[in-house]
Amino acid sequence: MQMEHVKGRRRGEIILYALSTCGWCAKTKNLLGELGVEYSYTYVDRLSPAEMEDAIREVEKYNPSGSFPTLVIDGSRVIVGFREAEIREALK
Amino acid sequence: MTGEGIPDEMVDARVEKIRKDAEDGGYILNPDPAFVRALVAGICINEQRYGYAACPCRLASGNRGEDLDIICPCDYRDSDLNDYGACYCALYVSAGVAAGTIQAPCVPERRPARQERKKMSEGSAHVSRKESMPVWRCRVCGYLCARENPPLVCPICKASQDRFVRFM
Ligand code: SF4
Repeated sequence: MQMEHVKGRRRGEIILYALSTCGWCAKTKNLLGELGVEYSYTYVDRLSPAEMEDAIREVEKYNPSGSFPTLVIDGSRVIVGFREAEIREALK
Repeated sequence: MTGEGIPDEMVDARVEKIRKDAEDGGYILNPDPAFVRALVAGICINEQRYGYAACPCRLASGNRGEDLDIICPCDYRDSDLNDYGACYCALYVSAGVAAGTIQAPCVPERRPARQERKKMSEGSAHVSRKESMPVWRCRVCGYLCARENPPLVCPICKASQDRFVRFM
């Protein structure tokens, strides 16, 4: 699946599943930028149909409601939505 | 221009239309103009992409019939305004959030997940049960509405939610 990589401080494997049109996804992405951590992200709404289906299944695996933004840290910790305090705490 | 070639003027016009419709109906938009503009740009992009104004914070299917519940304003807006003081995207907010006395919360997704929606569309009995709602009456102007809770503000006379009584 097509992922964009952002360089920064290594705090584990951080993946952000986002929508390009969503306000809370943008805020989450800005927060990751502010924290200066290394992460990968994908705008699921911009993927090809086949890749989109894979991405949706991946998101649903971590977050059964399939909502965005879904932030996955080291394949285990999952933060759904722009929960600023929780994200700061997890990545400090 | 947005990333997907929507002219700025088109987004501005849409913001104004949404703002006017909101005010006419007793709704309030998020007090952050840049946040509102970005969401409305998302609505315009979705309309161009899918042919309907799907919620910018949800992934649309491209099939209007499957997404009727998330065409903005979505089916969940008023319940989320009632319970959390903001719609899922926080395009619409309560008076308290607009005034900054209450922080805009992180609203959990109320729309059923993909698998549940599929099940619901297969068994229509489930859907009709959901549609039986209490009826509320505005004591000021007599406006009647069938929904889980009365609106925060009467769309007709702008009386506050506490002026409504259960009618049926
Ligand atoms: S959550 Fe808000 S912005 Fe999104 S569709 Fe519903 S009313 Fe519109």
